[in-house]
Amino acid sequence: MDGANSQKASPVIALAGNPNAGKTTLFNALTGLRHKVANYPGVTVERRSGRWGIGEGSAELIDLPGLYSLDATSMDEEIARDVLRGSAESPVRPDAIVAVVDATNLERNLYLITQIIEYETPVVVALTMMDLFEEQGHVVDLASLAAGLGVPVVPVDSRKGTGIAELGEAVSSVLGNKTGVPNGLAAELAGEGSDVFGRYRFISGLVQSAVKHNDLDAHRFSDRIDSILTHKVWGLLVLFGILLLVFQAIFSWATLPMDLLEAGFGALGEGARSVLPEGMLADLVVDGIIAGVGGILVFLPQIILLFVFISILEDTGYMSRAAFLLDRLMSRIGLHGKAFLPLISSFACAIPGIMATRTIEDRRDRLATIMIAPLMSCSARLPVYVLMIAAFFGGQTVFGFVSLGAVIMLGMYLLGIVAAIVVAFILKRTVLKSPTPPFMMELPPYRMPSFRTVLANVLERAGLFVRRAGTVILAISIILWALAYFPRSDAAAEPGSETAASTQLENSFAGRLGHAIEPVIEPLGYDWKIGVALIASFAAREVLVSTLSILYNVGGDAEETGGLASALRDAKRADGLPVWTPLTSISLMVFFVLAMQCMSTVAIVRRETNSWRWPLFMVVYMTLLAYLGAFVAYQGGRLLGFT
Amino acid sequence: MRLSDLPAGSSGIVTAVDDGSRVGRRLSELGVVPGVKIAVIKHAPFGDPVEIRLLRYNLALRKEEAAVVQIDPESTNGRS
Repeated sequence: MDGANSQKASPVIALAGNPNAGKTTLFNALTGLRHKVANYPGVTVERRSGRWGIGEGSAELIDLPGLYSLDATSMDEEIARDVLRGSAESPVRPDAIVAVVDATNLERNLYLITQIIEYETPVVVALTMMDLFEEQGHVVDLASLAAGLGVPVVPVDSRKGTGIAELGEAVSSVLGNKTGVPNGLAAELAGEGSDVFGRYRFISGLVQSAVKHNDLDAHRFSDRIDSILTHKVWGLLVLFGILLLVFQAIFSWATLPMDLLEAGFGALGEGARSVLPEGMLADLVVDGIIAGVGGILVFLPQIILLFVFISILEDTGYMSRAAFLLDRLMSRIGLHGKAFLPLISSFACAIPGIMATRTIEDRRDRLATIMIAPLMSCSARLPVYVLMIAAFFGGQTVFGFVSLGAVIMLGMYLLGIVAAIVVAFILKRTVLKSPTPPFMMELPPYRMPSFRTVLANVLERAGLFVRRAGTVILAISIILWALAYFPRSDAAAEPGSETAASTQLENSFAGRLGHAIEPVIEPLGYDWKIGVALIASFAAREVLVSTLSILYNVGGDAEETGGLASALRDAKRADGLPVWTPLTSISLMVFFVLAMQCMSTVAIVRRETNSWRWPLFMVVYMTLLAYLGAFVAYQGGRLLGFT
Repeated sequence: MRLSDLPAGSSGIVTAVDDGSRVGRRLSELGVVPGVKIAVIKHAPFGDPVEIRLLRYNLALRKEEAAVVQIDPESTNGRS
């Protein structure tokens, strides 16, 4: 097939419309669940596309970011505008545009249409939410609406699937045509005031002639729900309850599938060990690849659960209520109300949290949120806190009844939050300085979540995460394994002995690095062994525990923290003084609260910001902050007489 | 008076929007144009943002942004 022919056979159709107009639901209904997600060249805006069968052939359907007008104020809108105008900078040239219009919110939705029809690309209007529109007792004369706009108007119901075929036919029939500005619009644009006022005069006239609105106000149902959900007291309580539920799900419901995955990877490792001939290949596959990639994939259940919740909250319309409730608090530190949920999610894991920042339109706000998300104490830090507290603060209480361990744990979480607030405050006033973006957010009527939308969203996010684990994280796991594996020492020749593993590690590149950085980390109270563990834990925080286990010869089983805890307490320096003191452990915990020690997060930030600049900035600032924090904790503690 | 000064539960007709400013232009694109009726529904827990209703939909905006809209208040308890 030659080029011209294949293009004819597969036209490109762009799907445009206001946010909340039902665009995504329609996109999913037209294309099924198989989507391609790619970025527009050079920018971070995502481009979702899929195949849509129209007529005898099929078209490529491109989902554009939701927008209210073609006067771009955000990067999303800029891209959509270039595509819709068919301008030279546009990465795609659509052969037709399907413009989604919410019938229950006709005037504002039509504003964008009055701009789209000014360009030559043929347009078909897909009228959504017709069920709700008719339920409310409104009537529309489709023919006169279509005549007024000069383009076909097709009512569709994405959930029931009605109108889909007609939409395809209408698109086929307009391909190759050119649209023009309707006379009514041209007359109003020539009238008084700005073009915006003119467009609304045209819309107002058109709606008056084509639509009979029931006087009863439609939003009653949603307003009644909101009398509780955005209530000054109840609203905040419900929000708190929902967050608690999400947390509970991520921390406890995800445990079972996570344990199963962990056991599965363990069994897989053993299986591989028994099949492969003993030697380097087996070590690479088991200790490098399966342990490394498996260690990341165990977080998949948490990520899936979180995105199920986020998708449902978004699809019902609750998410914008949460942003409405909290915008005041968030704007004080210079962030958008929508930054709240990604930050809360980051307590489970920064990766889904960072992926969830996509709901924030303003680029600088979004970047600031991404930069502070890893300061929230994630679940990978827990094993570290637990080990340190068990080793040095176990069984102690304050005021006789409060466990000292719990107080320290809470302190670590609070330290992360305070650091995040300070960093966001500084970032928003320096590198990410921008005029406070206007907060104008639609509060759409509540709707039942669509199963298909939620499923599509979760599949998309989980797929991205798994692909990460299979590529970047795989590569990093192999590098780290090699650093700890080479060069081979003689002691490693007697496999199975614990001393062998520890001698091997000390003489490996990782061990030598530990010795090399000892002078740098000494002011923090760390020796070379902690240095090795620190270096290893830059791949993933929980690696600290397994690395220390190897270094202190207590076996690789990280579950046995009891044995490791006493080994840490008994460890002595050359001069007979203990290596570890309670102050060392505090210093180390502070380091872990503040440091960027998670390759997966770095990889995700690279992906989400589409450059290495921001992930590098994040690693540098967080590591400096961690060093400073641990230094102050250790040296300050010593000055105050603690050990 | 300004939209930001309109108390919750009352409504008015837009008389002017400063559409030269970025905020005013954006608001007018969203339908806040002269002649449109706006009802103030409620304020968020910490006093800001404010929820309004116009053209059959609900919009949240900060008081700072509501201040660029001039409004002619109607008798209280009006509906949009």
